[in-house]
Amino acid sequence: MHMHHHHGKTPTGPVAPAKPGDLVVIDLGDDERPTYPPPGDFGGVQFQQVEVNLPLLGENQRLATENRAHFQAHGVKAVNLVSGPGAGKTTLLARTLQALAEEIPCGVLVGDLETDADARRLRHPKVPVAQITTGSACHLDAHMVGHGFEALDSPGMRLLFIENVGNLVCPAEFDLGESVRVGLFSCTDGEDKPLKYPPLYKSVHVVLLTKTDLAEAAGFDRALARENLAKIAPQARVFELSSKTGEGFEAWLDFLRGLLA
Amino acid sequence: MHELGIAQSALGLVLDQLRAHAATRVAGITLRIGSLAGVDEESLRFAFSTLLPGTAAEGAQVTIEAVEARAHCAACGIEFPASDGFLFACPQCGEFSGDVRQGRELDLARVELV
Repeated sequence: MHMHHHHGKTPTGPVAPAKPGDLVVIDLGDDERPTYPPPGDFGGVQFQQVEVNLPLLGENQRLATENRAHFQAHGVKAVNLVSGPGAGKTTLLARTLQALAEEIPCGVLVGDLETDADARRLRHPKVPVAQITTGSACHLDAHMVGHGFEALDSPGMRLLFIENVGNLVCPAEFDLGESVRVGLFSCTDGEDKPLKYPPLYKSVHVVLLTKTDLAEAAGFDRALARENLAKIAPQARVFELSSKTGEGFEAWLDFLRGLLA
Repeated sequence: MHELGIAQSALGLVLDQLRAHAATRVAGITLRIGSLAGVDEESLRFAFSTLLPGTAAEGAQVTIEAVEARAHCAACGIEFPASDGFLFACPQCGEFSGDVRQGRELDLARVELV
């Protein structure tokens, strides 16, 4: 889907896949290194100053733009779900798929550092699901999503759900090429979440206030939460819902249906 | 964690410049970083200290040009310094503004090559 120039290391020699019981070692040997004069030894040498003025995070933006074009060409609307850990992304997605997968061909990419626990919970006979285990990366990026999409075999896919890594900080600045970014804000969180994590809340099109069934037990002040959202994320459309009881869920489903209209 | 990715991205661009100008060594790297870019300078310098050795940029002087944040008020039309956070209250009329005119930069400004 894209060509990219790796600045990293390459394995020395061909690596045959390990069969069960085998052990294979992938040696990331250093590429051929030329020798240099001692570091910092520039005394008396004329420097060439070069104005560059290039954005450092440009690579992700370039790939995100490619993803966006690719999704558009295939008639796919990609939805990026972001939130802190435990706000209810997977439960929401499971219920959403139950409701929509019969009428709309869907696909799912889910990102976590480790485990395929979420992917297992999202299994549906009509939906291809790919789990991306990042190891240490705290957010999905456009590169991962581009490759992840290639791992989903569904020619007629219309809705791609991307469940991002639970994190209210980093996902804010990584465009994945999505059509819609949806932020989950749970009624068991503090009402001041938007005030504490402005970049993320400013980057979303929709906010889902989840777990409304627990709001009363948690003493959650919904009016204050809405006020904070209006202050930080006036651009976002807000839906209040419970994935557990189904309260308010139909409005969210209608919103998704509306994306494809 | 995040700063390592930024340093890697910077190093990639720096080495591209080295090749483009057929130079041998990198003597200086200047980054332009806005106060709202969310970058911790100390972490970034640490990241460079781990990445530069063994490359043509080993020993390069890393300079960080800080850019102060400035926002624009749609209500009264003035531009004002926005020092912290995202709740920018206009000092003249008090209206909130999210219109940031500068302060989000995260660029490789220039390199010095030998």
